[in-house]
Amino acid sequence: MAGVRAAAGAAQTQTGVTMTNVEAVRTTLHDALSRDERVLIMGEDVGARGNVFLITKGFLEEFGPQRIIDTPLAEASIVGIAIGMAMEGLRPIAEIQFADFIYPAFNQIVGEAAKTRYRSNGDYTCPLVIRTPYGGGVRGALSHSVSIEALFYHVPGLTILAPSTPADIKGLLNAAIEAPDPVLFLEHKKTYRSVKGEVPAGYYTIPIGKADVKKTGTDVSVVSFGYNLHQALDAAKRLEAEGVSAEVIDLRSIRPMDKTTILDSVRKTRKLLIIHEDNKFGGVGAEISAMVAEEALFDLDAPIRRLAGPDVPAMGYAAPLEEEFMISTEEMVQAMRELAKF
Amino acid sequence: MATTITMPQLGETVTEGTVAQWLKQPGDSVEKYEAFVEVSTDKVNAEVPSPVSGVIRELIVKEGETVPTGAPIAVIDDVGAAALPEPTGSSSPSEQVAAAAQRDGKNAEANRQGDDEPVPGGNVGVGGPSYSAPAAGNGAATNGASSSTAPGGVRTSPAVRRLAREHRVDLAGVRGTGDNGRITANDILAAAKAGPSAGVAATIGADNAEYVAPASSAVAPAAAPAPKRPAAKPTYSSARPGDLIPLTQARRIIAQRMVDSKHTAPHAWTMVEVDVTNVWKWRTREKDAFEQSTGVKLTLLPFFVRAVVESLAVFPLMNASFTDEGIRVHRDVNIGLAIAAGGNLVVPVLRHADQLSVRGIALAAGELIEKARGGRLGADDLAGGTFTVNNTGANGSILSAPILVPGQAGIVTTEAIVKRPVVRDDDAIAIRSMMNVCMSLDHRVIDGAIASGFLSDVKKRLEAMGPSGSL
Repeated sequence: MAGVRAAAGAAQTQTGVTMTNVEAVRTTLHDALSRDERVLIMGEDVGARGNVFLITKGFLEEFGPQRIIDTPLAEASIVGIAIGMAMEGLRPIAEIQFADFIYPAFNQIVGEAAKTRYRSNGDYTCPLVIRTPYGGGVRGALSHSVSIEALFYHVPGLTILAPSTPADIKGLLNAAIEAPDPVLFLEHKKTYRSVKGEVPAGYYTIPIGKADVKKTGTDVSVVSFGYNLHQALDAAKRLEAEGVSAEVIDLRSIRPMDKTTILDSVRKTRKLLIIHEDNKFGGVGAEISAMVAEEALFDLDAPIRRLAGPDVPAMGYAAPLEEEFMISTEEMVQAMRELAKF
Repeated sequence: MATTITMPQLGETVTEGTVAQWLKQPGDSVEKYEAFVEVSTDKVNAEVPSPVSGVIRELIVKEGETVPTGAPIAVIDDVGAAALPEPTGSSSPSEQVAAAAQRDGKNAEANRQGDDEPVPGGNVGVGGPSYSAPAAGNGAATNGASSSTAPGGVRTSPAVRRLAREHRVDLAGVRGTGDNGRITANDILAAAKAGPSAGVAATIGADNAEYVAPASSAVAPAAAPAPKRPAAKPTYSSARPGDLIPLTQARRIIAQRMVDSKHTAPHAWTMVEVDVTNVWKWRTREKDAFEQSTGVKLTLLPFFVRAVVESLAVFPLMNASFTDEGIRVHRDVNIGLAIAAGGNLVVPVLRHADQLSVRGIALAAGELIEKARGGRLGADDLAGGTFTVNNTGANGSILSAPILVPGQAGIVTTEAIVKRPVVRDDDAIAIRSMMNVCMSLDHRVIDGAIASGFLSDVKKRLEAMGPSGSL
């Protein structure tokens, strides 16, 4: 990734200040390494290079090669070794450099990590965090743009988190490191430096499995996460001027899913728009949609609507192809407007 | 949801039906496919199965009443929708007042109200416990939500239907503010605020109109009183009015179909005489044994039908229908058998007659005749005929010009078998059993050459049968 070298200036542990998403990841990791000596980071270019987004820059010098481990380009090994470490009491944070590279580790994640507790009848757990940047909109093309949550959210035993703000990143990454079972921690790379927010001081966690109402409204419920969430907030803001009041829910935790928050909102607004960047077919939106249809049919005043990525194999490099794949804020405005008016 | 049950069409020619007997009364529950009414038509008596599971709300048509097919005869509350969420037991005072007001209604609506109680064991389904909270009044609520579309045909969402039910709002009285005038959930809430009790009355009224009005306008008058004999003694010169026999449904239908046929199909007519001496001998030889073993009388009919279906195979155009799109040549050979039964003409159909032997035809025809005489023909027995055979000779006729069954290209008659002196090919005079076979044909479908060819073929086959042979 060209152009990602910029910034990542503030390396010190900053709390109670405004920072970007990437700074939130960096400071949270740094705090964890400092706080708990069981915590270690392993992955491609996390050591000498300091991670392609400079998230771990300086960590090797500070925490040493025992805890900041550069690995070969072998994702199955990264996750497989981390699973063993986790089962034996360490708190490894495995990094998959880009979500697009996670496929070789699929068996380790789905077949091993997610099933460790079940297979060992509770004798072993797998307190493993797999961090990976995902998502498009940064001219990442075929191998640096994919969303992977739908490939994994079918798997019981696996927690999938996708926070979108610095404060949520800190709270949920801390919760993930603390969790006794494997967590897939997704960071939308387009939000790394484009999203800023205030982060509370000190150590805290956010409960896994809780969605967050980022904006309240009365006319339509919007469920989203990742980069789309910020677009949805922009869209909702624009619609306020038209008198359309949208409630925007940040899913944050893809699995477990916070049914209560979604249902409460839908029962209030009676209309639901789900937005995600991943392909529409079989995406997270399909599950939310099915859940709402099962549990709140008689509260719905309009068909559930989904805005999602097209069912094409990948995001193209050419700007028009990337634009076509990504959902525009304007589309969101339009969809919310139509639903509110319906 | 309430389902309005209409008079079914029992047979393709049937246009009205009489409710012979209600097997269920209002308040009775009925299973899907369970018979709930016995309907009689001119051709069929049938128990009609319910299309839904539910509770009988209302019987619109009285026993003995005749209504056109498609006319509403009953209303059944479906189990699923009839079972509204159970009241929590602490319905609000205003709801109790409203309910009381409805109970005090002076007319039949009050009774209908009572029948709207939820069906025990029913299930709203996906709602779950969270839907039991709003204690919906059950009475008018069912009415208000009985249709998934608003009166204007506009679709309503699940939320709108639920809210309308809970707030007893009549959808007909709500002006939609959504896209294309759609009624939104907020519209219902606004209407509920404006005046719920007015909505209730309107709801019941609208619902009544929905199923009562068409019925009453469509119900045929009850059977006319029997004709009375004129009391005064007539004089020689006075003109006497004839006796009016009221039209039965059967007579009316026969009349209509005969007129239809004669008006649309240009009938041509032709006849051959057939020497049935040998086939008659065959039949006579087999008759007793056949009847003993099967219980069915062996007549000439199965032999004749066998000859006809064989000839139809040679002349497929005879087994056809004239349509505006073209002449449809039927693949199936289904022979209608014109039978006089109970003063009426019925034409049950021998399906796939071309696949039956003489014996098979005899047995199948025997069954149909038996059913026809017992008034037990079902709709299936009467549908699908492609060609008709009529044994007019049974009553001594030696010549007849039958009217085509609408939609068929040909009808043949077998006339009385008479012994006549016949000049044979070798100029010898012999006493032979002779039978005329007459045929009317739809000249739009076939011309004379084909018709004569067909009839000659039937003749040839009949004359080739017997005196020995195997059934």
